[in-house]
Amino acid sequence: MGATTAQPGTARRRTPTPWGSYLTLVAAVAVMVLPLVWMVLAGFKERDEIYTSPIQWLPATVDASNYASAMSAVPFGDFFLNSVITTVIGAGVKMLLGLTTAYALVFLEFPLKKLVFGVVIFALLVPQQIVIIPNYTLVAELGWINTYQGIIVPGLASAFGTFLFRQHFLTLPVSILEAAALDGAGHWTRLWRFIVPISAPTIAAVALVSIVAEWNEYLWPLLVVDRAEMMTLPVGLTLLQNNDGIADWGVLMAATVLVTAPVLLAFFALQKRIVSGLTAGAVTG
Amino acid sequence: MEQVADTTLVPGVRTGRSDRVPASPDATRSLPEPARRKHRTPWKAWLLFLLFAGPNVALLVLFTYKPLLQSLQYSTLQWNIGSPVAMPVGLQNYVDWFTDPTTPGIVGVTLVFTLATVGGGMVIGLVLALVLNRKLRGTGAARTIVVAPYVLSGVAVGLLWLFVFDPNFGVTAALLRLVGLASPDWYNDPQWALVMVIIVYLWKNVGYVALIYLAALQSVPRDLVEAASIDGASSVRSFRSIVLPLLGPTTFFLAITTLLTSLQSFDIIQAMTKGGPLGGTTTMMYQIYQEGFQSGRAGYSSAVATILFVVLLLVTFAQLKYVDRKVHY
Repeated sequence: MGATTAQPGTARRRTPTPWGSYLTLVAAVAVMVLPLVWMVLAGFKERDEIYTSPIQWLPATVDASNYASAMSAVPFGDFFLNSVITTVIGAGVKMLLGLTTAYALVFLEFPLKKLVFGVVIFALLVPQQIVIIPNYTLVAELGWINTYQGIIVPGLASAFGTFLFRQHFLTLPVSILEAAALDGAGHWTRLWRFIVPISAPTIAAVALVSIVAEWNEYLWPLLVVDRAEMMTLPVGLTLLQNNDGIADWGVLMAATVLVTAPVLLAFFALQKRIVSGLTAGAVTG
Repeated sequence: MEQVADTTLVPGVRTGRSDRVPASPDATRSLPEPARRKHRTPWKAWLLFLLFAGPNVALLVLFTYKPLLQSLQYSTLQWNIGSPVAMPVGLQNYVDWFTDPTTPGIVGVTLVFTLATVGGGMVIGLVLALVLNRKLRGTGAARTIVVAPYVLSGVAVGLLWLFVFDPNFGVTAALLRLVGLASPDWYNDPQWALVMVIIVYLWKNVGYVALIYLAALQSVPRDLVEAASIDGASSVRSFRSIVLPLLGPTTFFLAITTLLTSLQSFDIIQAMTKGGPLGGTTTMMYQIYQEGFQSGRAGYSSAVATILFVVLLLVTFAQLKYVDRKVHY
């Protein structure tokens, strides 16, 4: 700011441009927001307001019957509960595994440390999507089709989280651990009483990103679940789509609102942390 | 750096043992001790490491490495998933894939989809980041809104856009009608369907690219750019010769990561087109799913998975080298 006022030359050059920038900004926001608005509006529209030739933008009344239809057509309560359970356990255990593994890699003495780090890092290169067939076979053999463990366990291992936590732990000052050691604390206590509290911002950021990923997970739960009452929200949503040949947009959009709204609200409330979690991987270098 | 300052405060604050913390001579003396202890009881070190890292490593082996090798083995079988009988066919599945008349189409769709989503995403993302980086009113809120679709379920995003694109009752049809055009048949025309899926993928993911570029731009020293403009360099020139080179590592990082996610994308395609119409949106990833779980050709599907993995590996190899270079300062 100071530099701009001090230099009239730059100030003059900058004055004409902001209009272009504002225009881009407004256009970008409109493109991002309008489809979501369209979705919300459609959720309140009646059939003849949707299937009409000159498009009708606004619903005549705020009518929640599409929501009622969606909830009665498929067990939405079950979907929601299943999503919560798989997300909480999945993301929770994943964080735990990431923290303990990173602690071991940074603070424990062990001859095969490099190998273990290699195992974690190389796993980053193997997407779960590539190994769906052997994993499906294994889960089926274990009798885990249509179970929570079938949905959760194959994705539990933490590779990216371990990597990020390790990067973060390496930046921690040695003094804090020395203090802990002088305290006579064991490694478990050191991790939870010393390392975790000072790493809280990093942990929260990584946790939020993995919660979002877990909540939106689609391909794997689609494969291992075929009973409606065991489906998560994204899988159950497509059930609604498949129910009849022709899409009932009003009902489908109401259901889509139910799936996206909690995530959007959480995102707006916690966007600072989520954003720092998303950028964490990129700025580690 | 703030964190370092933070953490040095913690011991004193937490336990009030500030008298012990500055005892750094004590601390250095204690350093050789773990080594001595390790020699005395190596089993304890093993046990400790096993407790901390073992479960994660076991899960990685069981659900990542073992299936990776199994996939290789399955790719030599003629086998229907869930069936107890499998016939070994050697490399026939690979021969079949490379000679199948649908393969060029699938590779083509994969290439177009990947290049359009990666290239388009990088260009649009960079433009958004440059605008968001200006000190304009409302950029904070705009940044949040631009990133928001990235956290949404791909299935939900696919479905809501399917309605936007409805050729009869959708928004695009209405907007095109305003300017006197007929809506393309997004649902039944293979080419338009691919365009539709690409647009939706970009809408969902471009915020992430913008976010990463924005973080990189904010680390470009402002006085560097300002110094350039004082010298009379036009903003385009100062961007090309100062900002763009500084964004090089970020661009590289984004190119690799978005390429990998794009090659694996599934949920938007499944929600919108199921690979159709006429295979117009069948990528290699979608083919893996289709052949393995719909057509009962799990062996063939494993062969495609192996081929895709080799492609991913070649791409990521470059990234690993890059990460290595960045980590070892």
